Formats: sequence, C-alpha cells, structure tokens
Amino acid sequence: MNKIWLIIHREFLNRVHKKSFLVATILVPLIFPAIIALLVFVSKESEKNSQKEVIHYIDESGVFIPDSSKYIYKNFNGSLEAAKKAFLASDDFGLLYIPGFELSKPEGIMLYTKINPSLDDVGNLEGALADRVKDLKMQRLNIDQKLLDSLKTNISIKTVKLSESGQEKSSNSAILFGIGMAGGILMYMFIFIYGAQIMQGIIEEKTSKVVEVIVSSVKPFQLMMGKIIGLASVGLLQFLIWIVLMSTLTFGVLGYFGIDPPQQQAMQQMSGEMAAQQDMMNSEFMNGFNEVLQLPWMFIVSVFLFYFLGGYLIYGALFAAVGSAVDSPAEAQQFMFPITIPMLISYMSLFMFILKDPHGAVSVWLSIIPFTSPIAMMGRIGFGVPTWQLVLSMVLLIGGFILTTWVAGRIYRVGILMSGTKVNYKVLTKWFLQRN
Amino acid sequence: MDALVTQEVTKRYANHTALDKVSVTIPEQTIFGLLGPNGAGKTTLIRIINQIINKDEGEVLLFGEKLNPNHVGLIGYLPEERGLYKKLKVGEQLLYLAQLKGLKRADALKRIKVWLEKFDIKDWANKKVEDLSKGMAQKVQFISTVMHEPRLIILDEPFSGFDPVNAKLITEEILDLKKKGCTIIFSTHRMETVEDLCDHIALINKSKKILEGSKKQVKDQFRSNTFSIDHKGSFSLNNDQYELLKQETREEDHFNSVVKMKSMRSPNELLRDLIQLTEVNGFQEKIPTMSEIFITLVKGESHE
Repeated sequence: MNKIWLIIHREFLNRVHKKSFLVATILVPLIFPAIIALLVFVSKESEKNSQKEVIHYIDESGVFIPDSSKYIYKNFNGSLEAAKKAFLASDDFGLLYIPGFELSKPEGIMLYTKINPSLDDVGNLEGALADRVKDLKMQRLNIDQKLLDSLKTNISIKTVKLSESGQEKSSNSAILFGIGMAGGILMYMFIFIYGAQIMQGIIEEKTSKVVEVIVSSVKPFQLMMGKIIGLASVGLLQFLIWIVLMSTLTFGVLGYFGIDPPQQQAMQQMSGEMAAQQDMMNSEFMNGFNEVLQLPWMFIVSVFLFYFLGGYLIYGALFAAVGSAVDSPAEAQQFMFPITIPMLISYMSLFMFILKDPHGAVSVWLSIIPFTSPIAMMGRIGFGVPTWQLVLSMVLLIGGFILTTWVAGRIYRVGILMSGTKVNYKVLTKWFLQRN
Repeated sequence: MDALVTQEVTKRYANHTALDKVSVTIPEQTIFGLLGPNGAGKTTLIRIINQIINKDEGEVLLFGEKLNPNHVGLIGYLPEERGLYKKLKVGEQLLYLAQLKGLKRADALKRIKVWLEKFDIKDWANKKVEDLSKGMAQKVQFISTVMHEPRLIILDEPFSGFDPVNAKLITEEILDLKKKGCTIIFSTHRMETVEDLCDHIALINKSKKILEGSKKQVKDQFRSNTFSIDHKGSFSLNNDQYELLKQETREEDHFNSVVKMKSMRSPNELLRDLIQLTEVNGFQEKIPTMSEIFITLVKGESHE
C-alpha cells in the first residue's frame, strides 16, 4: 500500500508541476467565459455602431409601409429597369420590388442585392410584408387596429416540476438542456484527456525501459493503479479549481454589473403586480438566473464527480491496457478505435436523444450501461432521474470498472515487459489468459 | 550460506518452455556469471528472481528463505534494457527509485549525496535525465541499482554503453561491493568479463542449465590434456601415450606443436620426453577459455 501511495504521489507531482497543467487549470475557466463575453460584446457593439442598410423600393401595390427600425428605406419612383441602374450605381444593400398584387395572392415580390442576402434579411422583409398583408386582410374583414393590437400577446410558459413530496420546483428546460450539455461535454473531454494521458505515460515508461526497474520493486498492478489514481487526483484537483474559479468569477461579474442575487430573489417575491410592468426580457433573465441558482448544485456536482471517477476508471484501465501493449502512440490507434466507439455513441446520443428526450427508453438505457452512463447520465441528471435508475447505474458503473481494471491488469502485467512484439487481439487474449 | 538457490525452476508459456527445471546455487559473496546465448532463458530466470514474473514450478531461496515480496529491498537489479524517467531530475529520480525499494526519504537523500559525490556527478542532481549523455545516465542507473545497499545485485550486461574509463570505475565498484559482502550475478555475453571477474558460472542453453560450477571446476572439466610447445627442430610423436595433433613452422627451424596426452601423466613427464626429442623453447597447457567452452557447449559439439 505504501508503495502505491509513492507512485500516486509521484504521478501527481509530475503532472501538477508541468506548465501545461497550470496553464490549462487557470486559463480554461477564464478563456471560455471570456470568449463568450467577447463575442457578445462584439455583436452588441457592431449592432450599435453599424449603420442601417439602405433598401430601395418600388411599391406598385401601394400597401407597403416602411418600418425604419431595421433598414433605411428609399422610395424610388420610376421603372424597375431605372431602379436597377440607380441601385447598381449606389453602395446600398438592396432593391425591393413590390408589384401590384391581390391580397389573396401576393406574388412577384423581388429583392435584388449585390451580395447574397442572409436568411435573416430575407426573413425580416418577408415578416414585415406578411404582417402588412395580414393587417390589410383583417381590415378588409372590418377588424379595427385597436382590436388587432390587443390581440397581440407575448406568452412565456413557466414549467413547474411537481415532485411526489408535493414540492413545486420551477424548471426551465433550456437551462436544464444547457446543464446537461455542458456536463456531458465536460465528461467526454475529461475522460478522453486524462485517459489519453494514462496511455501516454505508460507508453513512455515502456519505451524508456524504466518499467522493468520499477516492476522489480512493485507489482505491475500496483504501478498501473498508482498511475490511474494519481492522474485521477490531478483531474479532480483541476475540476475543483475550475469550479471555484468559475463560481468566483460568476459572482464577481454579477456583482460588477450590479446584479445582486439575494436581493433579486426578494424582489421576485414581492413583485406580484410589478412583474407585469417589468420589462419582459429582463424578467425572463432574472427568472432564469434564479432558477440556475435554485438548481441542486451540490447534487449535480457530486453526481458529476462520481461519474467522472467511475467513467475515468473504466476508460483509464482500458487506456492503460492499450498503452502497455504497444510501443508507440501511432501503434495505439488500432486499439483506440473500439474504446472510442462507446464514448462517441454516448456523445452523439447526448444531442440526438438524451437532451431532447431525457426519459425516453434510449436515454434511460444509455445512462445505465456502464460504458455510456457517465456522459448519458450527465445529460439527464438535471431533468431528474428516478432513484432506482441512478442507483442501478452507479452500481453497474462500479462493477464495470472493477471488471475493466481486472482485464486491463492482466494484459498490462504481460504487455509492459514485451517490446517489439507485433500485437493484435489474438496476442492480447493470450496475454490475458496467461498464468501469472 | 548460499545467497540464492533455485531448485528445478520451470516457467512455461503457451508455445514454449522458457526455463526447464533450472537449479543453480550461488554462494554468498561471489560474482556469479549467468551465461547463455540470446533467448536461452537468462532474462526469464532473472525476472523470476526479481519477482517480476512468477515461476510455474520449483523453488527459489534467497538467503535461505523462500522468495517473498519483502525481499524486494534485498535485491538490486540493473536490467539489460535500461532506462530512467526522462523528464525527472537525477535527484528526484534516485529518491523515487530508492523509496520504491523501501528506503526512507531521509536515508535515501543522504545516500544519494554520498553516491553523487563518489561518482563526481554532484552537479547533475538537478539536471533532467534527458539532458545527460548516455554514459552519465548509465552512472545514474548504476547508483539506483546499488543505492539501497542490496545484498544481491543482478547486473544484466552492465558494461554496455560505458567507455573504458567508466567501465573500469564500475568494475572497481563491483569488486568493492563484493568485498563488502554483496553477492553479484552477472548476465553477460562478454567472455573477457567472465574470465576477469566471475568466481562461479552457470550456462543456460535452450531453457536448460547445462553447466555450473566455480570457474576453476569448469575449466578443469574442460581440460583436454593438450599442450602447446614452441621448439627448435621438428619431431614426431605418436604412440600409446601421446598424439601429435599438429605441427606448424614458425620461422626457419622453429616450430609450434600441439600434443595431447592420452593417458594420465603429469606435464613434467611430457616435458621430460620432449626434451629428448627437441629443444623446448616454450611449454604451456592449453586451458580452454570461457569463450571456447561457451561456444563448444552451445554448439552442442563435444570438445576435441
């Protein structure tokens, strides 16, 4: 035991002392929010600063009412041909041609541009015209404008999860989706990055031949487990630092912008009537923010840690077995493939099934099978997972990693001492079956 | 007491037997040469002694006790394919390896200092192994092998990679360790090393031990009672007692002849008989070199 501890200690120090660890640990939680903030900032700025595009229009129908909030419209009196010429000579964005049309059959509307217009632009114009035609149709049916305005309603559905204990929890699918996605992707990255590091470390030991000296002092299994656990502790440390940094940053930034979460909650409670007057967008944001705060974070983080450890141990053992069998990372490719497949399946299912339908049969099974459960469960966890499923999944995950560690250990003990052998699955099976 | 005894140790793999009932006895405080061609099973035996792999049958006794995990600290092992962690500093590396052998941190640090000074490489303690030359790394590796003061040291081709100066340094160190009571197992192909350093040898070929004993015993066993004579004036000698194997002209009337004694006679008698036939300038028994014994046995030929 003492020796395993030495190995864990050594592996831990080796990784933590590396500059790359420091850089990744400190920069990742800064870089991602920074990139998002930068993008938001740039798009806001460009929206603010950009001059509105100019659109020339010829309205032969006489129904078009230019709305100057998005574009600057210039009416052109004359033929379409003349308008085209004038438009080409200008620096303006587009030329909209609206021929005379029947309200029941608005056809022949054209937009001429010099560059391909974006879907947004086309959509904006189509929307404006459709609204206008609708209004005209309604007017023809003798519905007055005031009535029309009063018909326009903004609806945002607030979803509430009713638990058996009678508690009501407001749940926001979009937020849960985001959490599931972030958790799943983070899990995928973590397992891959740290799994690959195990493999790389073992290949290094094997090619530098230091392994024979080490295994004359400790059992190969101790060396393998020491390495796996050592790296796991590095991963956990990194994850915890990220959490601390990110939450500090989040609250720091919120504080800077003057959004004070506790006060905000108080305001929510007393705001029966006020809420109605509040700006819709603002209220949505604050609701959302409140819901994020109300999520069972401790629970989600604990589950993440459990599945990270479990998933990492399952895949780490397999990566270790591959590392022990080959002489170079290039040679490892052929064995990496079957390991990556369940990872890829769960990663793709995350987007195809799990986040869309977290309680569907596929999602449930993927979150129970040990090889896919770490990623799949992270996708589901925010939406609420029945206890029996969670327990079954966790038990199977533990069983899974005991199994893979056992298999990997048997391959590892032979593999690390074999260099220059051509390895295929038959050879691996032989090693696995070989007596000690 | 014997340092190491193996009794009918056998190791089988799926397709072949790596060791077939190999029994060797290594007396304490000797240098023992473990010889054999590539693939004979030497490395397998060494790995079994180091408990890297397990034997299938037989027994291994280390200083009279059945081999067990507590013995790891008693053995120092320098594998043929050697290596260190490239990214680790020399000092950290030695500390780690010593601790794995069971040394306490404080003791290990003291000994590292002593050894680095002894080999005059104190300045390297904070250098990474990848920045060292091959010879320097070999010195570090040698220190890691002996630093925990093992009683049994197993050296697999210890001199490969050393220049003559460092090879001499290591040789002296090995002899010094023997003087202090260590038992050393040499696994090597270099017969001159065996000739110079080994007290006992064992030869393994095709998974079986085919020869074992002290260097003198082995040589006696392979004495063929042939003598090389430098002489002036030719002679012929073929009778019941002697056989003239060859006679070569050296210069003018000087010759070199090889004579085999058929019956048990002393060299003095041969010399006496020769003096009557020719003028003897030189007389020497042809004792086989280790290299000759090795080649003879491995080729499976009888010694003529």
